[in-house]
Amino acid sequence: MTDPKRRDYSGRKVWARALLFLVLVLAMSAVAQGQPALKKITFIPQWSPQAQFAGYYAAYEKGIYARHGLNVKILRGGAHRPSSELLEKGEADVATIWLSTALQKRSGGVRLVNAAQVVQRSSLMLVAKKSRGIRRPEDLEGKKVGLWGDDFRIQPTAFFKKYGVTVKVVPQSYSVNLFLRDGVDAASAMWYNEYHTMLNAGINADELTSFFYSDYGLNFPEDGIYVMEETLKKDPKAVCAFVNASLEGWRWAFDHPEEAIDIILKYMVEANVPANKVHQRWMLERMKDVIIPSGSDRAAMGVLKKEDYERVGKELKEGGLIADVPGMDAFAFTCAGYVQK
Amino acid sequence: MFKNKGIAFKLVLFFTLSSAAIFAAIFSYNYLVSRRMIQKGIEDNSANLITTTTSRIEVLLTSTQKVPQNTAYLLENTNYDEAELFKVIYAIVEKNPEIYGAAVAFEPYALDRFYDYFHWDWYQIPRELEQPQWTEPYFGEGGGVLMSSYAVPFYRVVDGTRRLTGVVVVDISLEELRKIVSSIRILRSGYGFLISKNGTFVTHPIKEHIMNETIFSIAEERKDPMLRETGRRMIRGETGYSTGSVKSAVTGKTCIMTYVPIKSNGWSLGVLFPHDELMADITNLNHVVLALGVTGLVLLALAVVFIARSITKPLTEMADIAGRIGTGDLEAQVPMVRTKDEVGKLASALDCMKTSLKDYIREITDTTAARQRMESELKIARNIQMGILPKEFPPFPDRKDFDIHALTIPAREVGGDFYDFFLIDRDHLCIVIGDASGKGIPAAIFMAFTKTLIKAKASVSIQTGMLMEEVNDELSKGNPADMFITVFCAILNTATGELRYTNGGHNPPVIIRRTGDLNYLDGPGELVVGIMEGTQYTTRTLVLNPGDGLFLYTDGVTEAMNAAGEIFSTDRLKDVLATCADGDVSGITACVGGAINDFCKDASQYDDITMMAVRYEGTGSENG
Repeated sequence: MTDPKRRDYSGRKVWARALLFLVLVLAMSAVAQGQPALKKITFIPQWSPQAQFAGYYAAYEKGIYARHGLNVKILRGGAHRPSSELLEKGEADVATIWLSTALQKRSGGVRLVNAAQVVQRSSLMLVAKKSRGIRRPEDLEGKKVGLWGDDFRIQPTAFFKKYGVTVKVVPQSYSVNLFLRDGVDAASAMWYNEYHTMLNAGINADELTSFFYSDYGLNFPEDGIYVMEETLKKDPKAVCAFVNASLEGWRWAFDHPEEAIDIILKYMVEANVPANKVHQRWMLERMKDVIIPSGSDRAAMGVLKKEDYERVGKELKEGGLIADVPGMDAFAFTCAGYVQK
Repeated sequence: MFKNKGIAFKLVLFFTLSSAAIFAAIFSYNYLVSRRMIQKGIEDNSANLITTTTSRIEVLLTSTQKVPQNTAYLLENTNYDEAELFKVIYAIVEKNPEIYGAAVAFEPYALDRFYDYFHWDWYQIPRELEQPQWTEPYFGEGGGVLMSSYAVPFYRVVDGTRRLTGVVVVDISLEELRKIVSSIRILRSGYGFLISKNGTFVTHPIKEHIMNETIFSIAEERKDPMLRETGRRMIRGETGYSTGSVKSAVTGKTCIMTYVPIKSNGWSLGVLFPHDELMADITNLNHVVLALGVTGLVLLALAVVFIARSITKPLTEMADIAGRIGTGDLEAQVPMVRTKDEVGKLASALDCMKTSLKDYIREITDTTAARQRMESELKIARNIQMGILPKEFPPFPDRKDFDIHALTIPAREVGGDFYDFFLIDRDHLCIVIGDASGKGIPAAIFMAFTKTLIKAKASVSIQTGMLMEEVNDELSKGNPADMFITVFCAILNTATGELRYTNGGHNPPVIIRRTGDLNYLDGPGELVVGIMEGTQYTTRTLVLNPGDGLFLYTDGVTEAMNAAGEIFSTDRLKDVLATCADGDVSGITACVGGAINDFCKDASQYDDITMMAVRYEGTGSENG
């Protein structure tokens, strides 16, 4: 069935569309001419997508990076892609790295700079089953304790030393199944991750004894935003734009947790990692607890505190992991001046 | 009409309510029992289904377990070189279709190769626990196939100590397991699911739950501590039912959840029974029972209405008829009630009553008519009777030598009193007063007859005794009823004042002397007139002086009775006459009449009261 009138009309519609398209193209080119092109930045979080990085994904998804003049590309992190290595190799401009890791790198001659200390409180913890008779640090004596490798061992080692206990270290994988099946008496856990995994494997919180290293004078602030010194020198403005946009992204995520979780879940599904909303919600809540610990100011987000820096440096040195503690001024760059802009 | 409704309403209400109560009790009991029975039946059935399912899973797992177990045993007791070992591993995978992959992993550097598997669960867990282990499910590299591995540690004795040498591991796809579990079909939307030791969903109708969710994360999401507790019991390897209802993840329906452990790998099979579907049969049955019950109740109510109507309808009609009969409609038809019950009896009683009433009323009507006729006849008779008595006073206005006045106050019935006076000739005045025995027509006729006889027989020459004898003979002849009459008859010679008289059984008249003396005119009592033929009567003589009078009366005067039962009496009559003897004759009768009236007051009058006063004035010369 053909209707000449209708065809006539649709013809007009085509014209209208063409006109609209033309206007849009002109407008866009005008914008492009009026504003400098977005600064390209490649970012790598130190692990696969999860709510641990909600702020960054939110900043990206909600256009906060773009608003700060950045064209950010988020690389997919993971066990086999250490963020510090990618940063070192120049495959990423910006990376999140643990403070202890970064300090070791710096001490080892890698010229990376802390642009912001996002996580203020250590989430690393040791979890033991009460049924195994562990209620105090001293109870760990002679027990099988699951520990992750490398930087995850600095705090436990200091912790055991502090309480003079000798434990049988069992290398811990990324799962907590060995612990769940009582293959070890205590296991390492991130508060925002494995701890909740344990709860969601049917162990009740009151059945567990939790040792937060941060409660035992071993608060190692974790995720921080790092760039190579070179990058910072070249474009401090872009680095600080990234820092500010990321912190803004975090604030947005804390204010819109459900939306932020949906964003994260989307990335998790894309990355083909098990995505569990409840778990991500827990993780985001805990991230809020460690990024803005109780009593601290929201506006003071991202600041590396001197005492934290010194504590980590001292423990690393005592542990023989670094020869000297690098000067904080060279190691940490504060974007405070740039924040105002 | 309202009452009719009332009875029917009450009956319906009572029967329906009590039946409904009974029905409700039966229904509830039936519901509870059948519910329990169905629940038990389902439980038994599901127990069968679940047992079948778990044993199928167990068969699958245990048959898989045997392969690495045997291999481990071989490895502990024989020495293989690398090539031979590869052959074994290939054979394992080739000969066992359910096995996806197999590996023998040695402790570090046992062979001249290094692959960092020491921290993987499949290696580390059996190593640390020193016993074969099924791993948590995982997605196989690349394929996205859900798998689980069975790892068996094996040992060798080195330097006298038994040391771990490595781990034999086989990987199986969980697809077969998924098929087994998803074949569980409970009613319409019930389903089964499998959770691992950690509570992770291994199979679930919702694909997204598999590997992503644990029963505990679902519990956290739903904020359902009961589900969490159930999950804990499941991973502990317990068997049982959820303590509360569990929401179906598929339909959102309320379900009862049962769980049984898979003993081989410590997983747990959960099965959800949608509550409403579980109860669907009983719910349907109950709907039918309820419908039947309600229909029954309605029918019962209708039946009650019908019965109530069959009782109340004739009752209503009869009440209506009774009402109409009450208002005098005796033609109203009593409804035909064929039954011999109370209603039938009532109907026939009503009919009988109506017929009796009808007869009675007809009788009364007839009687009343007869009586009315009689009364009217009596009235006529009385009129006639009164008509034959002289009633004009003064009767002889041109005569100044005597005066006469009579008064009769008739009783309700026709009485037998009479009086009469007439001039036989110019100088002879005949005065008669009498009282026939009995009352009514016979008395009236007898009286009239007597009066006529006296008037016919009276003559100047006749003595009053003679007159009375003749009259008596006449009356006695044709008097089969043995009636009699008292008669006082006198003839006054108006020229001389001589009064000849005869008293046939009548009350003695009173002589009122001019001087004021009052005397009853006594004389030997003679027989009443009319009962005996040939009776002799005496003629007596009395002389009246001018101014003297005579007061004649019947027994109605002296025997007038007041309410107290006292009679007026001759004495009281004399006293009354004493007070009013001075007046004229009409005054005397009025005076006595008034006195009687005063005496009797409201007491009814039984007898005719008749009185007559006569005064002899003389020829007038003497008095001047």
